[in-house]
Amino acid sequence: MQGHRTKDFWAGALYLALGLATVILARGLTLGSAARMGPGYFPTVLGGLLAVIGLVSLLRGLVRPAERVDRIHLKPMVLVIGATLFFAASLDVLGLAVALPAAMVIAATASRRFRIAPMPLLGLAGFTLFCVLVFVRGLGVPLPMFGTLFGG
Amino acid sequence: MDIFGDLLIGVQTAFSFWNLTYCLLGVFLGTAIGVLPGLGPTATVAMLLPVTFGLPPETAIIMLAGIFYGAQYGGSTTAILVNLPGESSSVVTAIDGYQMARQGQAGKALATAAIGSFIAGSVATVLIAFFAPLLSNVALAFGPHEYFALMVLGLAASVVLASGSLLHAVGMILVGLILGLIGTDIQTGAMRFTFGSFELADGISFVVVAMGVFGLGEILSNLERESDRTTVLAKVTGLMPSRADFRRILPPVGRGTAIGSVLGILPGGGAMLSSFAAYALEKKVSKTPQQFGKGAIEGVAGPEAANNAGAQTSFIPMLTLGIPSNPVMALMIGALIMQGIQPGPSVIQDQPALFWGLIVSMWVGNLMLLVLNLPLIGIWVKMISIPYGYLFPCIVAFCLIGVFSLANSTFDIWLMGLFGVAGYILRKLDCEPAPLLLGFVLGPMLEEHLRRAMLVSRGDVTTFLTSPISAALLLIAAALIASVLAPAIRATREEAFQDED
Repeated sequence: MQGHRTKDFWAGALYLALGLATVILARGLTLGSAARMGPGYFPTVLGGLLAVIGLVSLLRGLVRPAERVDRIHLKPMVLVIGATLFFAASLDVLGLAVALPAAMVIAATASRRFRIAPMPLLGLAGFTLFCVLVFVRGLGVPLPMFGTLFGG
Repeated sequence: MDIFGDLLIGVQTAFSFWNLTYCLLGVFLGTAIGVLPGLGPTATVAMLLPVTFGLPPETAIIMLAGIFYGAQYGGSTTAILVNLPGESSSVVTAIDGYQMARQGQAGKALATAAIGSFIAGSVATVLIAFFAPLLSNVALAFGPHEYFALMVLGLAASVVLASGSLLHAVGMILVGLILGLIGTDIQTGAMRFTFGSFELADGISFVVVAMGVFGLGEILSNLERESDRTTVLAKVTGLMPSRADFRRILPPVGRGTAIGSVLGILPGGGAMLSSFAAYALEKKVSKTPQQFGKGAIEGVAGPEAANNAGAQTSFIPMLTLGIPSNPVMALMIGALIMQGIQPGPSVIQDQPALFWGLIVSMWVGNLMLLVLNLPLIGIWVKMISIPYGYLFPCIVAFCLIGVFSLANSTFDIWLMGLFGVAGYILRKLDCEPAPLLLGFVLGPMLEEHLRRAMLVSRGDVTTFLTSPISAALLLIAAALIASVLAPAIRATREEAFQDED
């Protein structure tokens, strides 16, 4: 017994959960028949298959010796993903010119070598200006330059 | 029309001022981003994809193709100079290329890679020009049965060629297929898995998935290994290979081109597998196999030619059948669909300018790579030496703006964040994300053809076996899967992927 720490076990659990969720959610859709498949037919088949694969992987993880899952590094994940979510949430209020560099700084703190210094800050300002010029002015992406907070 | 008339259309398209400009821009940007350590062609193409949205279809696909082979060449440069392959296909290049660089032959290794890639790219381009129209003529007769069988074969092949666990490759394909279902059902208009969200009604854009899983997910994985990055750069000197070197590299380039051209058409890890196969072959035919791993020039020439040939011929199934053989081709299909073009056998007839323009531009692009990259090597070396700590926030920024520009909404950014977490966790569990993207792109097509085929046959499943073409395709798919399960082949397959680590 390898216990429940193996990669196979967790991947299997993930597949199983996703497969079952698909089947359960697809119950609200018309199944139809093999000749006239409704919107629920294909999802139910796929979900079922995934659940079976998940079960096999899960059992294999329990029985067969296998690699354990490496440590999941939470800090970079929280910071980098947090930066993207911060950008999504604050874009309308702050605008690209403020939200983008702020998100980049949040993401940058995930690096072990992060420190505040004049050169990177200057680079950040230059990069933001570059993005504003290329994407908003040049390519016409309708990103708010300054958000509602700054009356933009 | 004869092939020369077709090629003339291609020349007219490819040599128009704007198409040449965008081809050059694509090759340049692709190389510039591709040389950055830790960014492979898939991430590069996904990141730069939104830039092409405003362009006409021919120009967009020409630029994207340029980005693709530029990125691949850039990846080889990084593999040779700092031993940090950006994508699995340049892992082999790093073995002997980096050794050559350490012995002061970095310039020669880079030139070999460039010349090998150019020759292979030229040959593969000719192959596409001859074989793609033939294949598309065959495919024009395909009905829903044949298409369904063909996609099953494609998915089966991608399972077999994927490194890592077979079970997980199948699992990831299924996850991709299920994610592809999200949105409005085309036939009935029913909402599926949208959770009442208005934004999900059109389904999830594949760019969101690709940028989340490949862009953000890769950043998270790279940040873990940040401390063991080597910053020592090999010095680049003596660019031109001598006449004797040329004689040494030409045979491996020829063999690599042949291997790559054949394997590139196959779905799955075409480019990667072909570079591994080419390396193994060179080692076998060499009179001095003990030189391999210590800076053998043949060990750079063969795999580089193979992976470039494979990259070019992987366009054949994408353009003629609408079936992606690797994640980059999945992105290309997505880009074409966004441009309002459904990739498939009718593309050659309906869009001759696009098809032939792309082929001619591939050759032009390869020439540009050769002419540009050797003189510009100084710039690439500077790009490589940018510390990752400065680099990845910029990548995050490009992903943010790129994803926003898809639908001009922040909803896709939230989704991308979600897929970033998923991509990181899946990598931790040894689940390769490439089959997921293939499944995601093929999902809607697979379902549509299945439903149509079953409607025609009134629900009779044996219909897939009574049509000879579809039966043959399904048989090959079954044989592929069975071959991996057979113990003898399984052992060699595991051995083949051993070298990768």
